[in-house]
Amino acid sequence: MTMRTKDHHMPFVSSPFVTRRDVLVGSAATAAGLFLAEPGLATSLPNAPARSGLGTAYPRRDGPLKVRGAARFAAEHRFPGMVYGALVFSTIARGTIRRIETEAARAASGVVLVMTHENMPRLAPPEPFYASPTGMAGSAIPVMQDASVHWNGQPVAVILASTQEEADHAARLVRVDYEVAEAVTRFDDAAVGAPVAFYAGRDLQYRDGDAEAALAEAEASVDLEFSTPQQNHNQIELHAVTVAWQGGVLRMHDCTQGVDLSAITIAKVFGLDPSQVHLTAEFVGGGFGGKTLWQYHILAAAAARLAGRPVRMTLTREGVYRICGGRAPTRQRVALGARLDGRLTALIHTGTTMKIAQNSMTEPFMEAAEHMYRTDTMHLEIRAGVRDMLANTFMRAPGAAVGTFPLEVALDALAERLAIDPIELRIRNEPEVDPTTGKAFSQRALVGALREGAHRFGWQPRSGERLGRREGEWLVGTGMAAAYYPYKRFPGGAARITLGQDGRAVVELAVHDMGMGTGTATAAVAADRLGLPYEDIEIRYGDNRLPGNMIAAGSQQMAAIGAALTAARDALVAELAALVPAGAALHGRPAEALTTRDGALVLASDPATRMPLADLLARAERREVSAEAAAPPPSEAKEWSMHSTGAVFAEVRVNAVTGELRVSRITGVYDCGRILNSTLAASQFRSGIVMALGMALMENTLFDERSGRIANPSLAAYYIPAHLDAPEIDVAWTGIPDPEAPSGARGIGEISMTGVAASVANAVYDATGKRIHDLPITLDKLL
Amino acid sequence: MTITINGQPYDLPTDARVSLLDFMRERLDLFGTKKGCNQGACGACTVLIDGERVLACLALAAQYDGRSVTTIEGLADGEDLHPLQALFVKHDGLQCGYCTPGQIMSAIALSNEFSRGAPSSVTTDLDVPATPNREEIRERMSGNLCRCGAHNGMIEAITSYLSEHS
Repeated sequence: MTMRTKDHHMPFVSSPFVTRRDVLVGSAATAAGLFLAEPGLATSLPNAPARSGLGTAYPRRDGPLKVRGAARFAAEHRFPGMVYGALVFSTIARGTIRRIETEAARAASGVVLVMTHENMPRLAPPEPFYASPTGMAGSAIPVMQDASVHWNGQPVAVILASTQEEADHAARLVRVDYEVAEAVTRFDDAAVGAPVAFYAGRDLQYRDGDAEAALAEAEASVDLEFSTPQQNHNQIELHAVTVAWQGGVLRMHDCTQGVDLSAITIAKVFGLDPSQVHLTAEFVGGGFGGKTLWQYHILAAAAARLAGRPVRMTLTREGVYRICGGRAPTRQRVALGARLDGRLTALIHTGTTMKIAQNSMTEPFMEAAEHMYRTDTMHLEIRAGVRDMLANTFMRAPGAAVGTFPLEVALDALAERLAIDPIELRIRNEPEVDPTTGKAFSQRALVGALREGAHRFGWQPRSGERLGRREGEWLVGTGMAAAYYPYKRFPGGAARITLGQDGRAVVELAVHDMGMGTGTATAAVAADRLGLPYEDIEIRYGDNRLPGNMIAAGSQQMAAIGAALTAARDALVAELAALVPAGAALHGRPAEALTTRDGALVLASDPATRMPLADLLARAERREVSAEAAAPPPSEAKEWSMHSTGAVFAEVRVNAVTGELRVSRITGVYDCGRILNSTLAASQFRSGIVMALGMALMENTLFDERSGRIANPSLAAYYIPAHLDAPEIDVAWTGIPDPEAPSGARGIGEISMTGVAASVANAVYDATGKRIHDLPITLDKLL
Repeated sequence: MTITINGQPYDLPTDARVSLLDFMRERLDLFGTKKGCNQGACGACTVLIDGERVLACLALAAQYDGRSVTTIEGLADGEDLHPLQALFVKHDGLQCGYCTPGQIMSAIALSNEFSRGAPSSVTTDLDVPATPNREEIRERMSGNLCRCGAHNGMIEAITSYLSEHS
């Protein structure tokens, strides 16, 4: 079934080629009133955004609260009698705890509880992602249930004390004696014989024809090896939970991207009914895939039960690195064969990544290659080696962030070899239908995004030569790459709408706002569905007791919300239809013929036949009408090829003396379907670009392969972009609604994390003649 | 031993280990000042002490006997946001909101630093007082990390603020 609804008229774009006029629907620069005076950026003014409705630049609803510092995060709630938690981490990668000395810690000032595997309550192991539809844990490793150690950094003791200072001090007094077992901690060791990965219900392998033979026979080819390091999310909010057992209910103030899935997973661990866990996360201080369920949640709840005291557990920054996973490292090969006209004859994208035995997360870096370019033959394959290490996990644009890097660098190298402009090379390989599934695209305007990006950036076409120039001691170059992220909508969407006689509506749904502006965007979608003014919509979210089992992940949340709101609106209309009094023009009309518009229940085919909602409720003597409904199953992505694409352009400056690399200019144009709020969208796009600049330039979790221990668990030693690293970023979008997506929107949180590293690497090549195949592009690689 | 925070006097803690940050958050329930690293690397805990920016996680509360602290909670005038707070909202210079209080406090201190002409590492001419161009602002704000990538909006807000209020 499609998600098209009766009041959902959207243009269908049958051709992947769109005109410039189509492209210039939205512009962040216009929306935010920014940067129009910047040289080299927009040379033509895009159309102004609509004054109201979807796309309107409504300001972030919780902005005033946040700038006052009044938004309460997980560690900012208090229960009477609350104590503070601290953790002790293992210092070996694998083995057994022979003896754990806790006497000194128990005797220390203020200590309420020392918990180890010896007195930890017996609990079920947590369900990891993909183990069940509701699994929310990073790994299935049982939490402190026996003496075994599975990774270097695993919690081996929990201290509870009256103050954080006392808990931290006591944690240092715990002594652990280990029986060390042999551990696999080296990439090379784990890669030997690594099997083809099974991930998200399929083998990460695809073959079409004999790609190696086609590569060998190609008129032009490139065959390159790449690597990307381990990376960490580094949300500025430390992972934390404030927890209390209240009667039979486990109450948790959490920072999570999935209030329901976290609550359900925790309930199973403790043998509770999910209704016995009340978990809220109204504000989440950054998520990026890492604010899920980790051992500290279970340890805090277990310790609270054992001590009979509420607990605040705030991880140290080191603690976040020790027990909350990051992105796995990859080694990748991309080989491309082509005819002299640029048409691809072979596309090979293979490689190896790392995981643990107890999770199902394999970094799916071949996804962009599956859907981006037409080719005569193809071979894609990911092997996953198993190491004894902290569970790797989802980090912004899993797969595509590190997969677009080699793919788009290889295309740049091929363009150079063919003496074809890199944009033109991509256009010549634009597929008519999905290259691997053969399905029709629901909507795709990559070519439009490439052309618009080239225009905005001032791209100088090239045919094999480098155009980099020298300015004093700085080498200046430009590069481009395509961006990619799949459309996703997971099952579990639901919402409740309560319409009051005052004409205001309260919309409740268990969704999350880690900074994307979910409440603000959802209010606009609800206003659109209900035909009510935006200001009259109140959104409640971040609470597992609200409808739905949704998750803010995979850029799917707004799609889930859109489908849920359509279903809830239809249910509400049915309730309203039953209230229409005899004698009214709408009386007796079937609910399917009705909708809501401009504050009235109307006949969809003739909106002039209407009854104001306030009158309807007053006549029925109802103060409010409420309806809850679940979204239909997500079948749209099974029937169509649904993917977002984009074009990224970068200008870099490399110091010829020191190797210092600065990104001086960047433009991103995205084709993600309809944009629901131009201000928030612009911020989201810039957000991913900045994080991707970190990936390109500096980010590297230093994993000590001898010990299996992360060597830089600190914001002082893991570098992320600072203000001086973030240039002014020009973003725009095609804004063409996807007719198969619930609000015409495919999701925007992750695509801007993709393509950027390749565009920077390609610009570095243009500037210096050095092809960097290993991230991050640090200055030692440029000297 | 007393400390003044946003005009209110408080008794300092007796435990000398207590940082100014934990004192405010855990003893006074002043949660506006954030903890992001507890080691002076992220800037989320930035407060003003007698007008100068200080990282509250690296400051022991007991060191600040008799001193006056301004936190994010001390900026707005009742319902009215401080002009810089309003500009952060206007330019969408925030996403998750966690680093935001530290960014705003830093930017206010930065305004004082410019007004006395203090140079930074990107100041090219040390013979004249530094002026607030974007490069200078970016450099001086670089001790405040933001992982949501709201940098452009913040720099826009701070630039507007400095041009209107200096």
